[in-house]
Amino acid sequence: MSTAPVYGLLAEFDAPEELVAAGERAYADGYRRLDAYTPFPVHGLAEAIGFRTNRLPLLVLIAGIVGAGAGFFSQYYAAVIDYPLNVGGRPLNSWPAFIPITFEVTILAAAATAVLGMLALNGLPQPYHPVFNAPRFALATRDRFFLCIEATDPRFDSEATRKFLEGLGAKEVTDVEP
Amino acid sequence: MSHDAMPGHDGIDWGEIRRRLAERQGPEYWRSLDEVADTPEFQELLHREFPEGATEWTDPVGRRQFLQLMGASLALAGLTACSSQPSDKIVPYVRAPEEVIPGKPLFFATAVTLGGCSVGVLVESHQGRPTKIEGNPLHPGSLGATDALTQASILGLYDPDRSQVVLRTGTPSTWNAFVSGLATQLDSGTQPQGGGLRILTETVVSPTLAAQLQAVLAKFPAARWHQFEPVSRDTVRAGARLAFGETVNTIHRVEAADVIVSLGSDFLTTGPGAVRYAREFASRRRAETPATALNRLYAIEATPTLTGGMADHRLVVRPDDLESFARGLAVRLGIEVGGHSWRPTPEQAKWVDALARDLAAHRGASLVVAGDEQSPAVHLLAHAMNRALENHGRTVVFTDPIEAVPVDQGESLGQLVADMQAGKVETLLILGGNPVYTAPADVPFAEALNKVAFRAHLALYEDETSALCHWHLPEAHTLEGWSDGRAYDGTVSIQQPLIAPLYGGRTAHEVASALLSDPRSGYDIVRDYWKSQRRSGDFETVWRKALHDGLIADSALPAKVPTWKGVIPAAPSVAPQGLDLVFRPDPAVWDGRFANNGWLQELPKPLTKLTWDNAALMSPAAAERLGVQSGDVVELTFAGRRLNAPAWILPGQADGTVTLHLGYGRTQAGRAGSGIGVNAYLLRTAAAPWGGSGLTLKTTSARSRLASTQGHQTMQGRNLVRMATAEEFRKHPDFARDPGDHGAGHQPSFYPAHKYEGYAWGMAIDLNACTGCNACVMACQSENNSPVVGKAEVLVGREMHWIRVDRYYKGGLEAPETVHQPVLCMQCENAPCEPVCPVGATVHSSEGLNDMVYNRCVGTRYCSNNCPYKVRHFNFLQYADDRTPSLALLRNPNVTVRSRGVMEKCTYCVQRINEARIQAKTHDRDIQDGEVITACQAACPSQAIVFGNINDPKSRVSQLKAHPLNYGLLTELNTRPRTTYLARLRNPNPALEQG
Amino acid sequence: MATHPETGPGMPSTPIVTPGYTYASVTDKISVIVLSGTTPLSWFAGFLIAFGLLQALLLGIGWTVVFGLGTWGINIPVGWGFAIVNFVWWIGIGHAGTLISAILLLLRQQWRTSINRFAEAMTLFAVSCAGLFPLLHMGRPWFGYWMFPYPSTMAIWPQTRSPLVWDVFAVSTYATVSLLFWYVGLIPDLATLRDRAKARALKIGYGMLALGWRGSAQHWHRYETAYLLLAGLATPLVLSVHTVVSFDFATSLVPGWHTTIFPPYFVAGAIYSGFAMVLTLTIPIRWLYRLDDFITMRHLRNMANVMLATGLMVAYGYLMEIFFAWYSGNPFEMFMMLNRMTGPYGPFYWALICCNILVPQLLWSERVKANVPLLFLIALVVNVGMWLERFVIVITSLHRDFLPSAWGMYYPTWVDWAIFVGSIGLFLTMLFLFIRVLPMISIFEMRTILPSPKPRPAAAPGAGPAGD
Repeated sequence: MSTAPVYGLLAEFDAPEELVAAGERAYADGYRRLDAYTPFPVHGLAEAIGFRTNRLPLLVLIAGIVGAGAGFFSQYYAAVIDYPLNVGGRPLNSWPAFIPITFEVTILAAAATAVLGMLALNGLPQPYHPVFNAPRFALATRDRFFLCIEATDPRFDSEATRKFLEGLGAKEVTDVEP
Repeated sequence: MSHDAMPGHDGIDWGEIRRRLAERQGPEYWRSLDEVADTPEFQELLHREFPEGATEWTDPVGRRQFLQLMGASLALAGLTACSSQPSDKIVPYVRAPEEVIPGKPLFFATAVTLGGCSVGVLVESHQGRPTKIEGNPLHPGSLGATDALTQASILGLYDPDRSQVVLRTGTPSTWNAFVSGLATQLDSGTQPQGGGLRILTETVVSPTLAAQLQAVLAKFPAARWHQFEPVSRDTVRAGARLAFGETVNTIHRVEAADVIVSLGSDFLTTGPGAVRYAREFASRRRAETPATALNRLYAIEATPTLTGGMADHRLVVRPDDLESFARGLAVRLGIEVGGHSWRPTPEQAKWVDALARDLAAHRGASLVVAGDEQSPAVHLLAHAMNRALENHGRTVVFTDPIEAVPVDQGESLGQLVADMQAGKVETLLILGGNPVYTAPADVPFAEALNKVAFRAHLALYEDETSALCHWHLPEAHTLEGWSDGRAYDGTVSIQQPLIAPLYGGRTAHEVASALLSDPRSGYDIVRDYWKSQRRSGDFETVWRKALHDGLIADSALPAKVPTWKGVIPAAPSVAPQGLDLVFRPDPAVWDGRFANNGWLQELPKPLTKLTWDNAALMSPAAAERLGVQSGDVVELTFAGRRLNAPAWILPGQADGTVTLHLGYGRTQAGRAGSGIGVNAYLLRTAAAPWGGSGLTLKTTSARSRLASTQGHQTMQGRNLVRMATAEEFRKHPDFARDPGDHGAGHQPSFYPAHKYEGYAWGMAIDLNACTGCNACVMACQSENNSPVVGKAEVLVGREMHWIRVDRYYKGGLEAPETVHQPVLCMQCENAPCEPVCPVGATVHSSEGLNDMVYNRCVGTRYCSNNCPYKVRHFNFLQYADDRTPSLALLRNPNVTVRSRGVMEKCTYCVQRINEARIQAKTHDRDIQDGEVITACQAACPSQAIVFGNINDPKSRVSQLKAHPLNYGLLTELNTRPRTTYLARLRNPNPALEQG
Repeated sequence: MATHPETGPGMPSTPIVTPGYTYASVTDKISVIVLSGTTPLSWFAGFLIAFGLLQALLLGIGWTVVFGLGTWGINIPVGWGFAIVNFVWWIGIGHAGTLISAILLLLRQQWRTSINRFAEAMTLFAVSCAGLFPLLHMGRPWFGYWMFPYPSTMAIWPQTRSPLVWDVFAVSTYATVSLLFWYVGLIPDLATLRDRAKARALKIGYGMLALGWRGSAQHWHRYETAYLLLAGLATPLVLSVHTVVSFDFATSLVPGWHTTIFPPYFVAGAIYSGFAMVLTLTIPIRWLYRLDDFITMRHLRNMANVMLATGLMVAYGYLMEIFFAWYSGNPFEMFMMLNRMTGPYGPFYWALICCNILVPQLLWSERVKANVPLLFLIALVVNVGMWLERFVIVITSLHRDFLPSAWGMYYPTWVDWAIFVGSIGLFLTMLFLFIRVLPMISIFEMRTILPSPKPRPAAAPGAGPAGD
């Protein structure tokens, strides 16, 4: 997609607080196509770089409702419509007996959606990503904190942006091969 | 099998093989010369081969036995196709086409003879294979019902262990060889007129056989005919001779008796006429209304019987006290007695007084019955009392004996043995029976037998006797051959074969005809005899009718009034020392002849609920004194002989009395029956065939595991069998009902009750009629292809009977009240088993049946856990024998044979319901009341079980369910059972009530 | 809310992690257990024992399938035996894992962090052991799939009024959700292993499993939401599972089973036995892998407290059972209770009372809770006790129910024992494999509870996954 020679610039920080601050600054400076990488969830970081919307809860709610409906009506269909049988003199629609399965199916649908939805929205699995090309990026899963401003950002200018990042107190700023 | 016991055998005899192959008829396949020659090697091979069953490894002892029952015999491979119709003409009982319609059973009337009495039966035949025995409604001794032994006898027909070939000193031979051998032997007889010839039969009630044997005796005037069977009625005959100077046959009119006194008799369940008597007795126990007058039964006995269990009053006395009691009662009734010195206990005195009053108050409508095992004196006293009470001709009727030639069989056997030992016997033909095993211990039959030059044995099995005979002749099963026999009242039934002999067996008639050297088919022999008996009229019609009806019209012996010659002797003054020993025929294997019958072995004995064993029954008090537990092996010493037997504590047993059942401890019965139980004959003497005093008992350290199907004997105060006296019933007609319940026993429910349109099947069981005789259990097993599981499985509680008879005791240990309650699937409308089944394998039919769908069942056993009646049974292993070809012939084709891992239970004989439905539909009508008869209902001698449509208010079952005595089991669980019970009533004598 | 100690009755100020660790050292210390080329001999020893026991299971299963259920001790009336006892026992054990990872998460219990991964794994393995039994105890296990709703040629569906079908759904849902929960928690750590592994094969292997996780802020954001939602869903689920299991008994009419108190008291029992099992396992492993810095006395103490609390709930359940039996005035119930205490299986009842009620009372004492070996012993005793409880419930209720004529006894066979012991073998085998190939402590969550290298006075450092 990007025709730029580099994917972007990667700035490395020591502590989460520095990263959050840097993110805020970058966003304030008008950068929009940027992302941060941390070894653990850092509170407020996503908001700092302007990521606010999250549609996951809605998806899970819908899935739960659908699961509940499916759970109950599949039982109703089997017991009342498709193959009605007199079982121990109980009524065909013994709805109290249908509750447990309805509940379980609800949970199953919602839980599956939560996980799959999260992965889908995150675009995972994604075996290749340019940031992995950065030599020190492996530390992002250990103890280092990175801010990446992508080349596709309209305000991106390799020189200016590099200066800007170094100005944020990054230990090191490197190019990221596409 | 018994080959190892056979005289030496060398390799394969080619001549024999050729002869044998020539002999075989029918599509009979053979695999190897060894097989045809039936060499021991081959037999061993079979035995080595067939336990290659999975289960054996898991539990060497039990599993092997279980497998033995499965009894796969390669030699039978060809026989599956061998079930051809007999070539002789026989007449279907039902109005069915002459030719067989596939899927449509035919019923043939025939007769089954046991213990010197025939009873008429109908046999259901599917494409030529008999599958089920029912009673013959036209037959006076059956009235449509049967007993357990008769029901089970059909299994004997297909028993793979039955002897399958003529054996000469253990090697296969042929009938022709035997016949010629016999002829030469008779010709070479050293004594004139066949003086060296002896024939030994069991009790003969077949007029034809008797005539044949008479002819033999005419041909060989010096020959002798002996009769012996271990459970004979010698004492009955002797008692009659004491009373009338002649042997007479005594018939009881139980129906006509208001007061019945049983002197150690089990007339309701064993002996000639028992089936009929049970029916008549029950007809006087049904309280149609609270006002109905019931009969009253007193039982005085030493060892509990089912009859005693039905009694309103039961007095426990020592065996030798019984005669004194009878004498005392006779004296009290004003009968002349030659000297009488009896010191009754206060209770006995009270009894004598009460009985005498009650009997006297019912002259002509009372009845005194002496047990078959009681001494001649007791029988004489019974006759005398009936005479004094003017019962003769009213409740007691006499005819000529039904035995063709009534003899004292003990004496007869004694003479034979004496002759054999004296070397007077050159030729001995044993037609049926197993005397080597059953002869009294002090009659050295076996060793005397060895002195006989030529000995042949005709029998169903190669048993203990065959092993000692030169010739073993395979006998034709009752359902394989022609014969006839007299019923308890003399009525003659023709025994027709249902199937050609599976193993080329022959009947006694055919052997006898060989003796007379005019070989004829059984059909000709029997038919010709009756033709000769018929002076006038068209014989053919009579014959056809006789075959069709299963009896010869008006052949019952005419009633006679024998002249009284009775002189009652003084009481024998023998002081009883030590304990008393009592012998009884086993309720399951009888005298041992049914030892290899898996159904009967696994049939819980009515009182002990024991299976696969007999035991020394003793009273709780005695057990307590000796510190004996059920299962402890005790050493019994009687008349100088010793026997170790496991003890079993039986409430209601007279203290100091030990009861042993005959028929166990067989050594060559077959794979199922050999080596189980203890052989009571080893203690039996000719002088004391039914036991006597002088028994000593020693405890041992050994124990043996006895498989009883009921571990708990009391109702734990639960209201399961509801009981009251007739008096209480008159006062509170609703005593049996649950409080606040109005008949149906329904509890309030959140759910609306299910509506049943059309038929709604239900059952009512009258506990006043149920004697606990087990006929229903056998009928169910036979009808529904129920498997046999073996002792090891019974021990862990896995028996498979769809109907069981629960036996509960009430009152003290010494003389408790015994009640029986048949429990089968209650077909609950709110069946607890159904909602818990995860796959819907048990659901309700539109007619209220609790259906079990075998092929859907995955076997979670949740239904059984949730069944409060525990009537569901699970195939924990592959119980159904799918290996033995002959048993495949036995199956009822209308009932699925269940496989491993599925649940099964009573279906209300749904196959019979559907049969009736088809009938009704083809005639475009509704199913009539009484058209559907379940197997248990059909077999029940006392008609305790009634089945029908409860939606039809006029049906018998509906009327019974409306009866005030009707109640449901555990209705407080709101299962709404379709099977309900009629509470049991006692009709006690107020004079005996207090205390 | 990161590292400041919880406030509450009797909470000690012991930190959850011994001070001095950094993001890097925590990461290294935990991941080296997995990545180091050398495996401790103790691991091999334990694994071999576990694997040996597993063979007993295979033998027992083979025997049962080939020869039939007749090789077990079950009969009529006791149609259920060891199989169901073990099923309930294992399911119960599983519950602790979910409770720790989900409920404690919602309750913001930070101390869960160092044990939740391990407990979740235990849950998975316990549930898979439990799952065996319903299948094995069928007469025709090869038709087990008939329990699932699929359009079959018989045109018939499962009978969903049956608690057994509820079981199928509850247990399979529980297994699935637990697996998802566990896996989601693993993803960031798998990424760590990917980035730290030397061997290419490992890099690829862990890389695949890590799904290309790169710790993007946006991902973390959704990730936390999903994790929280899962926790919220797993909590009612875990409560429902043992409730449904208890329905197997409670919805029947068997005296001793038909009791309304079963659901809550089964759930309490489940958590009880679960925590007992977590203690039984963590104590040796903590010692073996020198993890005292991460799994501190504080963890052990907290778990002991949970055990004590749930143990008291269970005790209350027992008392109520007795009370109901008497108060109901139902003769069958009364007899059942009496028979349970004084009948042929009476000793088992008293043994379970001793194991589940008396012994755990020691946990009131702080000294006992500080004594690790003793704690381990008590946990073991509770495990046994909870198994006995299920045995008593299943067997004594069935063997003497309504009609005395149908009463019987139950004696397990060697096959029963083989399958029971073998299932423990299966559990341990899976556990040993787990601690060898996956981080048994959640590395990224550990990082969240560490102090930041350069704390800024203003902003609080990184929030745990519980942060919203």
